[in-house]
Amino acid sequence: MYLITPEPLDALALMEAVRVDAAGAVSLFAGVVRNENLDRSVHYLEYDAYPPMAERKMAEIGEAVRARWPVTGVAMAHRTGRLAIGEASVIIAVSAPHRADAIEACHYAIDRLKQTVPVWKKEVFVGGEEWLEGVSPAEAEASMLRPG
Amino acid sequence: MELPVFLFASLREAAGARTLTVSLPEDASVAALRTRLGETHPALAPLLARAAVAVNQEYADDTQRLSPGDEVALIPPVSGGVECT
Repeated sequence: MYLITPEPLDALALMEAVRVDAAGAVSLFAGVVRNENLDRSVHYLEYDAYPPMAERKMAEIGEAVRARWPVTGVAMAHRTGRLAIGEASVIIAVSAPHRADAIEACHYAIDRLKQTVPVWKKEVFVGGEEWLEGVSPAEAEASMLRPG
Repeated sequence: MELPVFLFASLREAAGARTLTVSLPEDASVAALRTRLGETHPALAPLLARAAVAVNQEYADDTQRLSPGDEVALIPPVSGGVECT
């Protein structure tokens, strides 16, 4: 399940989407809007996304996770629009028979999502606003394809 | 050919629109699209250099050729989770 949505995210639904009888572990990550960044007091964040490509890129991360760890399920959801302090912007759930794999795979998935999935956040803070920029996604993707 | 180009984040704000239409010869390259956009929308020019181009929802390099019906998007550096400490 890979979803871009303006609606509040449902962690329990994502956990249930990956739960299977063979899974002894469900690892859950939630990215939550924080009150401070770069010594600036944050009012709120606004997220923009390219939904069909974002869902495709999330599915690719899911495939990479399945190729590398013995996981039984992967689900991701990213929210768009205006989010207040404390609201979840992204949730990833990964299930596996054992917890080490579920935790490692979930960690990898959120790190990859932040590099390659076409989602952007604008920080509105005391004194201004700014679209935050990370690494070029094409470079990030190329680094994944290189061996080693 | 007339191609729709989707804009996001800082590019969308600079253009004041979610989509633009670009006129190009068939089989034009992605590089040509960048150049054309810089000409028709000078406000976008400084931001274009840092943006990737996606064609039909896959990252494309500047040598890729465009065809009628292609879906093009300009992808600023993503920030789903820039780590700022």
